[in-house]
Amino acid sequence: MTDGTAHPPLFRPSRRLVLASLGGLAAWAQIPGHARAATPADPRFLLVILRGALDGLAAVPPIGDPDYGALRGAGALRADEVLPLDGFFALNGAMPRLHARYSAGEALFVHAAATAYRDRSHFDGQDVLESGMGGPRLSASGWLNRAVAALPVAERAAPGGLAVSPTVPLVMRGTAPVLTWTPPGYKPAGADTAARLLDLYRHSDPELADAFARGQEVDALAGGMEKGRGADLAANFRRVAEGAARLLAEDGGPRIAALSFDGWDTHANEGAEDGRLAKLLGALDQALDGIAGGLSPVWRQTVVVVVTEFGRTARINGTEGTDHGTATTALLFGGAVRGGRVLADWPGLATAALYQGRDLAPTTDLRAVLMGVLRDHLGLDARTLATRVFPDAIGVRPIDGLVA
Amino acid sequence: MTADAAFVAYHRFGLGPRPDDMERAPADMRAALVAELAPAALRLAGDLPDSRAAYGTLRDDQMARAERRAEAAPAMAEGAAGMAMKNGPSAAHRLYRAELAARLDRVGRAQIGFVDRLVMFWANHFAVQASKGELVRGLAGAFEREAIRPHVLGRFSDMLLAATTHPAMLVSLDNVLSVGPASPAGRRRDRGLNENHARELLELHTVGGDGGYTQDDVVALAKILTGWSFVRDVEAEDAGRFVFEARAHEPGTQTVLGRRYAQEGRDQGEAVLRDLAGRPETARHIALKFARAFVADDPPAGLVERLAGRFTDTGGDLASLARALVEDEEAWTGRDKFKTPQLFIWSALRALDAEVEPQMVIGALQALGQPLWDPPSPEGFHDDRATWLAPDAITTRLEIAERLAGRAAIADEPADWAQAIFGATLSADTATAIARAESERQAFVLALMSPEFQRS
Repeated sequence: MTDGTAHPPLFRPSRRLVLASLGGLAAWAQIPGHARAATPADPRFLLVILRGALDGLAAVPPIGDPDYGALRGAGALRADEVLPLDGFFALNGAMPRLHARYSAGEALFVHAAATAYRDRSHFDGQDVLESGMGGPRLSASGWLNRAVAALPVAERAAPGGLAVSPTVPLVMRGTAPVLTWTPPGYKPAGADTAARLLDLYRHSDPELADAFARGQEVDALAGGMEKGRGADLAANFRRVAEGAARLLAEDGGPRIAALSFDGWDTHANEGAEDGRLAKLLGALDQALDGIAGGLSPVWRQTVVVVVTEFGRTARINGTEGTDHGTATTALLFGGAVRGGRVLADWPGLATAALYQGRDLAPTTDLRAVLMGVLRDHLGLDARTLATRVFPDAIGVRPIDGLVA
Repeated sequence: MTADAAFVAYHRFGLGPRPDDMERAPADMRAALVAELAPAALRLAGDLPDSRAAYGTLRDDQMARAERRAEAAPAMAEGAAGMAMKNGPSAAHRLYRAELAARLDRVGRAQIGFVDRLVMFWANHFAVQASKGELVRGLAGAFEREAIRPHVLGRFSDMLLAATTHPAMLVSLDNVLSVGPASPAGRRRDRGLNENHARELLELHTVGGDGGYTQDDVVALAKILTGWSFVRDVEAEDAGRFVFEARAHEPGTQTVLGRRYAQEGRDQGEAVLRDLAGRPETARHIALKFARAFVADDPPAGLVERLAGRFTDTGGDLASLARALVEDEEAWTGRDKFKTPQLFIWSALRALDAEVEPQMVIGALQALGQPLWDPPSPEGFHDDRATWLAPDAITTRLEIAERLAGRAAIADEPADWAQAIFGATLSADTATAIARAESERQAFVLALMSPEFQRS
């Protein structure tokens, strides 16, 4: 529904979600049976948080939108640089493995989605994403923990939830028991943090800047030069992802897990085609592949949800990057997903259609997506979802038909 | 005083602020620092073993392992490492870890932490080396509690005597091996002098390398210290305590730095230590080291002179020395010190209100090159930029900052937290970097790695 009209910032939760294009509609029509299937036996659920705000317009570019090319200028991805999804949307060329899964019907993109948060602070945005509340700092527990707590004890499996991090992130904090795990040799320090630190030193402390720059050179030499960065990143992502998948696949292991990948805050030199974002997406592509591999024995019972705190500006900024925005892309991935389609109530990219004249406008409440998955995949009833898991998502209804 | 003075007080003279400290900082930070110089701040909670108990534990463990080794002798193909894995960490490592846990607890509780900084300074001045062996590793914490801590507000001569007679020091600097050649034990067993402790006592602990002593002075002092040992018999009442073994003591009068010592037995050594503590070279050596540790790698000459004067005038009263430091205008100037790894970690844990396992801190200090009580030489750890501001050190610090930031127990927004921790010292650049960070964790990392947090 590329109608080009301005959309109000608030969700219209009862609105029927439609597919963005004819191709999508065709895919939708091919899915047999609209009745809600029974939840699969022993389901697995993995939440992947991309911290820093993923540029949804670069990950899943709406190449069919007439305003896309002008908005992104030189940063716009051309049709021959991307992997086709449904004719209107495409997938960033850095994600061939995910594309193959999409073609096999195991990946579903939700576009123009956002949490209830409408400002532009990462901290508050992640707080809202993880608490599942209507605003920042309203809850000390996270929606995924509350979902685990609401599951019948027999179904949540012995260990409770799993946080793949040294500490429990907000989304997994709460009354339900949570394990934490990190792969051996896990290096959280991302290249992005190092770049920011070097920038800070260059502005304020030449002595530290010099020492740090030389230290990084030594590290680069030790790590195998140029290539090291991207390869390192992918190896790190993949190690975390495969470890999490193995634990989830275990017979007596956890059934619900959360992990994070950092580094998506691409303010400068975003490089959606062959730069930093492409490297990140490539690493994510490998990580998702590792998850699918690790979970292959239970793949038909698996849903992986990939989300980020908010999107980025529709336009490229003055430093070939993008600033903090609003709506973005989410991904549902797994054998239990009714994939092979892009779900979007597309608001359009005409200036008048942009949120506050600068961001992709939010038309789908991310909580509606999460509720749909929690209901149809984990079997939580709508009442529990509305009262316990997302207690202030007033009027938000689960989206039907996301999982098989 | 401004928030800036509070920031300097906390980082330069203390262990760094906790989230609420700066806001509640008293107007007069000097008075607050001086107020910490009270016996109450010396008291320690907990029930860590004294050196007698620790020694018993270490010996029991050694004997038990020796027995197991004997039993397993046929299967020794695995090697010693395999054995250690099977039997868990040695008593020495368990004691060391418990001591580190106590240190972490103390770091979290200290108000400003001035007294604890003094303890750290003096324990490093009288450095023992944990990797010298299990005995030193297992006794290092007891050494600090028994020989250093009780005296940081007392007299230097008392600390010197306590440190020199402590089993951890006597083992670390080999004095337990030293035997007077003309002593009964020496004549019978053909053993002799070990100069190590005597040399370091002059060069490091008292008059300093340019203190005017000669090789003859070192030998004379080594002879004087023969017989200074500890009770090794675990069954004995005073096992693990200092003992003067007359049988190993070199008889006769000795001359050190031009002064003759004709005393008998242990009195001879005590007389030399008293004299060394009172020498002007010692005052200068201590004053320079003290000012360098807290104020600047190359501290103002006037400050050093005034500290040396106070040391001499008060007969080596260490509380007066500490007071003289914080009451001196020049001690508050400049911003030259780069935090040592230990100070970085203590202050980071306090700023983040973070709780961590002792093993994580042991690993972090090892990676950064400043393991607790385990300097590379008896000289102790250096505290200057040339030592710590190395390229590799900063990248490693960044990695550790990432890990620590993952343990932050901060409910506030990073921007508010940074305001509370840095006060008026927060630079616009750092504030911007924190505000723009892509996650709370990254904001904490950038704050911990910022120039204002790394320097004091």
